[in-house]
Amino acid sequence: MSAGTPALHHVNQTHARSFWRTWVFSTDHKTIAKQYMFTGLALALIGGFLAYVIRMQLANPGQPVPGYGTIGPGQYNAVVTLHGTIMIFWVAMPILLAGLGNFLIPLMIGAHDMAFPRLNMLSYWVFFTSTLILLASFFVPGGAAAGGWTSYPPLSDRAVNSGVDLGVTLWILAVALEFAAFLMGGINFIVTAINNRAPGMRLFDMPLMVWMEVAASIIFLFSVGPLIAGAVLLLLDRVANTGFYDPARGGDPLLFQHLFWFFGHPEVYVILLPGFGAVAEILPVFARKPIFGYRMIVYSTIVTGVLSFIVWAHHQFIAGIDPRLATPFSITTILISVPIGITLFAFIATLWRGSISFQTPMLFALGMIAVFLLGGVTGIHNGVPATDIYIHDTYFVVAHFHYALIPSVFFAFFAAFYYWFPKMFGRRTYEWLGQLHFWGTFVFMNVTFLPMFFLGLMGHHRRIANPHFFEALRTPEADRLQWIATLGAIGLFASQIPLILNLILSLVRGVRAEKNPWRANTLEWTVDSPPPHGNFANVPVVRRGPYEYSAPGHSEDYLPQDALA
Amino acid sequence: MGLESWLPTAASSFAGDVDWLLRFITWIVGIWFLLAEGILVFFIFRYRRRPGVRAAYVPARSLRAMAFVLVPCALILGFDLVIDAVAAPIWQRIKETLPPPQETVRITGEQWAWRFRLPGPDGRFDTADDVEVVNELHLPVGAVVQFELTAKDVIHSLWMPEMRLKQDAVPGRTIRGWFEPTREGRFELACAQICGFGHTMMKALVVVENREAYQNWVRQKAGSAYTTPTENNQN
Repeated sequence: MSAGTPALHHVNQTHARSFWRTWVFSTDHKTIAKQYMFTGLALALIGGFLAYVIRMQLANPGQPVPGYGTIGPGQYNAVVTLHGTIMIFWVAMPILLAGLGNFLIPLMIGAHDMAFPRLNMLSYWVFFTSTLILLASFFVPGGAAAGGWTSYPPLSDRAVNSGVDLGVTLWILAVALEFAAFLMGGINFIVTAINNRAPGMRLFDMPLMVWMEVAASIIFLFSVGPLIAGAVLLLLDRVANTGFYDPARGGDPLLFQHLFWFFGHPEVYVILLPGFGAVAEILPVFARKPIFGYRMIVYSTIVTGVLSFIVWAHHQFIAGIDPRLATPFSITTILISVPIGITLFAFIATLWRGSISFQTPMLFALGMIAVFLLGGVTGIHNGVPATDIYIHDTYFVVAHFHYALIPSVFFAFFAAFYYWFPKMFGRRTYEWLGQLHFWGTFVFMNVTFLPMFFLGLMGHHRRIANPHFFEALRTPEADRLQWIATLGAIGLFASQIPLILNLILSLVRGVRAEKNPWRANTLEWTVDSPPPHGNFANVPVVRRGPYEYSAPGHSEDYLPQDALA
Repeated sequence: MGLESWLPTAASSFAGDVDWLLRFITWIVGIWFLLAEGILVFFIFRYRRRPGVRAAYVPARSLRAMAFVLVPCALILGFDLVIDAVAAPIWQRIKETLPPPQETVRITGEQWAWRFRLPGPDGRFDTADDVEVVNELHLPVGAVVQFELTAKDVIHSLWMPEMRLKQDAVPGRTIRGWFEPTREGRFELACAQICGFGHTMMKALVVVENREAYQNWVRQKAGSAYTTPTENNQN
């Protein structure tokens, strides 16, 4: 293919493609998006099952967990490690970054496909391989990695330290391969958004979703290098007997923490931004109003991205770093509340004087804002070193990041899923099942995680298999909170049943969706549902920004980006 | 906000400062949180779709319009700086300074126990009367205790909720810190950093008692450090 017209050879490709080329080894960004999404959702079931095991064990320590069995302390460590690893790397990233990004970027900018469709396909299959390696690590002798999702050496360094040998090596390999996959995807996103925009679409005409996906990809690109370096050193320590993290041989365990968190904190925003992007698309459509301060949101996203690179040591206040570093890192950390605050307040201001209707996508988008606010403000407690002394590594932190990640990953993804489902599959979802899904998820999410703030304040530290081992945690009050959280978690899982039902029912017998069921402005709604291979029969010409809702002088309350006015 | 009813007994000289700061932050962010949620819920009800009512066209392209968002965020910036300005001296007192110690204890985290070494009745380390004990430490109330913390195998974390004290123990490093127990009692010392199979069970007892009882305990344990570094060198 020539460099100038990277995707054009797909256009008018009307001859029948084989089953394998259509559904398995497809270069169509829409198929790849669905592959990423369904792999991620399947992994979410595994990650969710592990969460259920954790909750049952903590509420009823030592008793066999129905569906799992009795769980030993070594196994418990593996369960918490894989729960974190799966949810961050194999759920959040594939569904939000790769899934939504792949599906939406070409459609929203009026492109036929990604700039590099074959690289895109390779990206998914590398990711798929990494998934198999990760799942295989459960079944090797010694079991899966058990050093926490952060895998700090020396615990992760030598088999003798964690009791896990091959499992850790596979964990490192899987993570490294997965990042290679997302690197390919990320480069593709950036190049596509820069080069393949439809005529007339300036950067500041791009939907915020595209901005956020690209920003997330750039953040990922710049931050992942140090982590890969750190992981390679760890792998060498394990398989080639080097001593990069072994103080007895001149190494330093803290080196890994710096490399890990230099990536690890920007990673939070890699996960967060695509979800914010989805919410930014949905709010204007269901409030029939332009997003409040489009450019302001773009700029604050950029500021968030830049700041995210200079906050990493807030994970290490008490890790043995020079204590004089704490306050400078604390200042940069809590300063992030300003750009994130701008974005969230702009979302809320978008509702002001709107005409809001409450279909499922909007419920999840509003729920995302409502829940995320608590995750955001409790970040201050953690980001201030003096209070971090007490709450670091306690359930307060666990509660905080679940309040930040569950809304930005699951609420935002569900919002996006219900919103773009008609475009993806050409069918409408069942509204009542969606409402049921939302209310169950919203209520039980809070029942699960609110008690954890209080358990953390009581001194419940993380990753312990049996809280009853500690005096302060075997009180009736603590047990009550553990049980509330556990029942909440069970309710949260049960609340996903309507989603699965809805998915199956809608795919089989959902009402066929027209091109633009939500009467939205962005370009993906100008093509058929689902769009054909190659997306646009005629390249659209963009005439305005994406959020012209209820514009004065028009009888309709929306004005598509390519409409002649 | 009733925060203190959840926190364990405050038993060190700086515990009160940490608790005060936790409350201070909770008040500030709590008010912001309730305000934001309140406005969100109000907008949701007030601007729900009604027949015949068209949404206003407010793209907020001008600074004047954006001010509705930017001014609150400027206030947030102010509160951020106030919080850090108030918090920095507390951190500095706890972690950046070492008041002259009355007692010194060398603490080693290992899989899966806490090992404590005290200088013994003669007040000097590496002598024959050194005290070495595992998983139980006695300390005198009201004395500034300096610890020299390290780890033998993997990273551990010294965690005493009642003292509001946490500090990672890192192999290859000795980290100095301090605390002053202000209340007699028996307190648990846990490991807050995942450290392998026995992480949950890694726990020591810290008995804070009056000076006389403490000195009795030290005398009783004197010489329990069966080897000293000097002896090691001779071997």
